[in-house]
Amino acid sequence: MVENRPLLTFLAHGALILGVIVVAFPVYLALIASTHPVSAFSSGVIPLLPGREMAANYATMLGQGISTAGAPPLWGLLGNSLVMALAIALGKIAISITSAFAIVYFRFPLRNLAFWAIFITLMLPVEVRIVPTFKVVADLGMLNSYAGLTIPLIASATATFLFRQVFLTIPDELLEAARIDGAGPLRFFRDILLPLSRTNIAALFVILFIYGWNQYLWPLLITTDERFYTIVAAIKRMAETADAEPYWNLIMASAVLAMLPPVLVVIAMQRLFVKGLIETEK
Amino acid sequence: MAAITLDNVGKTYAGGTRALSGMSIDIAPGEFVVLVGPSGCGKSTLLRMIAGLETVTEGTIRIGERVVNTVEPADRNIAMVFQNYALYPHMTVRQNLAYGLKNRGTPRDEIDRRVAEAAQILEIGPYLDRKPRQLSGGQRQRVAMGRAIVREPAAFLFDEPLSNLDAKLRVTMRSEIRQLQRRLGTTSVYVTHDQVEAMTLADRLVVLNAGRIEQIGTPLQVYRHPATTFVAGFIGAPAMNLLPAQIADGQLHLAGAAVAPMTRAGGPVTLGIRPEDLRRDPAGPIRMRLRHVEELGHARLLHGQIGDSAAVCTVTDTAPPDPEIRLSIDPGQCHLFDAQTGARLTGA
Repeated sequence: MVENRPLLTFLAHGALILGVIVVAFPVYLALIASTHPVSAFSSGVIPLLPGREMAANYATMLGQGISTAGAPPLWGLLGNSLVMALAIALGKIAISITSAFAIVYFRFPLRNLAFWAIFITLMLPVEVRIVPTFKVVADLGMLNSYAGLTIPLIASATATFLFRQVFLTIPDELLEAARIDGAGPLRFFRDILLPLSRTNIAALFVILFIYGWNQYLWPLLITTDERFYTIVAAIKRMAETADAEPYWNLIMASAVLAMLPPVLVVIAMQRLFVKGLIETEK
Repeated sequence: MAAITLDNVGKTYAGGTRALSGMSIDIAPGEFVVLVGPSGCGKSTLLRMIAGLETVTEGTIRIGERVVNTVEPADRNIAMVFQNYALYPHMTVRQNLAYGLKNRGTPRDEIDRRVAEAAQILEIGPYLDRKPRQLSGGQRQRVAMGRAIVREPAAFLFDEPLSNLDAKLRVTMRSEIRQLQRRLGTTSVYVTHDQVEAMTLADRLVVLNAGRIEQIGTPLQVYRHPATTFVAGFIGAPAMNLLPAQIADGQLHLAGAAVAPMTRAGGPVTLGIRPEDLRRDPAGPIRMRLRHVEELGHARLLHGQIGDSAAVCTVTDTAPPDPEIRLSIDPGQCHLFDAQTGARLTGA
């Protein structure tokens, strides 16, 4: 479609630029704030131009943390978040691709019931079932552990449903050809289904990694040991100091650091991610 | 190379729908048998039952001496070529060819040898390292056949392999498949709805209709002596004219006119006459009212009506046709069928 209407182009670009500003401005503020000394905030006015303390602020956060606010050095927090996000992303992909495989390619009693049971968990994210889930995790002794951080978030249906749809688009003849070629179910899964869902797996990995990284409420609830704090939950702890001004410069430095890994993941997997969302090459 | 024997094979789906019944076919080693019939006649189902992709609910299927009713497709020693090729899209042509052999634990050098051989036979050598999506339809079809050849199976099963190709390529591939099969001498079962494909490829034809066998025979037998009105109307293009007629007083009466001497017991019959056997004859007893003319270049098809029935006549002259055409027929070219059952009347 080729259109040549200057006014329309102007309006469209205007709307897009406005949108970018709305999204980017808070990020810019955080970045600027992380370059000032803490005294810059006492006036109540947030500076809009870069300051000179950037290196010092980031070094403080990565090296020592803010001991008065109960924030350990960021390396540990970032590590925990990374473990949690990776475990959730990989765990969810593994569990949902296998369950989708079962549901699409095997005829077993109560298959439909199984599918709908999985599907219904879509309506039960952690936030909805948070009290019973906490009880279960506590009873199993998984508070303050990586298992407690990740397992309750792994069990959900979104990805199963996605893989089911992907598998349904793969022609039956491919399965039949593979059967004649002597591929049993597992070999078919490994040699045909996995490579064909590669881009979908990548797209899902990006989405789930960010989902896992951004988890806030759940880690806040079940971690009381700072060795298991995740960065997103820890930022909140830094901000709630009892009788002192929060170190906004340091908090913002942490926030900027917390934003980086998801950005890196998106950049690294961008090509596969876009392919996975738009391409139907079967 | 092996014989395939179907003994009274039938299929009833779980819901009670009867897809096939009474399929008895003996396919000799090295024979090329074509299953032909209209959509929904059960030909693909039958092929898939031979392949092991559908269960057999009645009768037995033998490949060689072995009953294979419950044998896994991979263990039946057959290879199948699918209509949409069913190539693995993420694998190169070479990997596609090698996959079945690899799964069977064939040694590496043996795989390489067979792939090279198949590539040479099918002239796909230059594409071995390409992905299927980089190939044209005809090349993909060759790869699909290559995948069947490398297995060196007891039988090839073809499920409408040419339907996705354009008309010209289809003709080329058709003769290539035939030559290939001759050369390899592998027993082949080929499913198609295209009667030209069926006629040109087959050693023997199996004409199916509504889940039953209508006729088994060589292409010429089926063409010259169709066993039923269905076969008569299905095999041959344009289709044979099937007209209601009467036999009385030693004459065949069509639309009220005696058209040919016929020494049979009297009564209603269905007359089958091929369009090319309706001769234009100014003194002929048959009158056809012309509806329209189709120009084929080498001939014309005159569509019209004899009595109350539609009829087609092939003519090669270029004279402008009249609104009413007089035609005559040769008694030797008349096919007579029972007016009720549609079965061929013997001796006709």
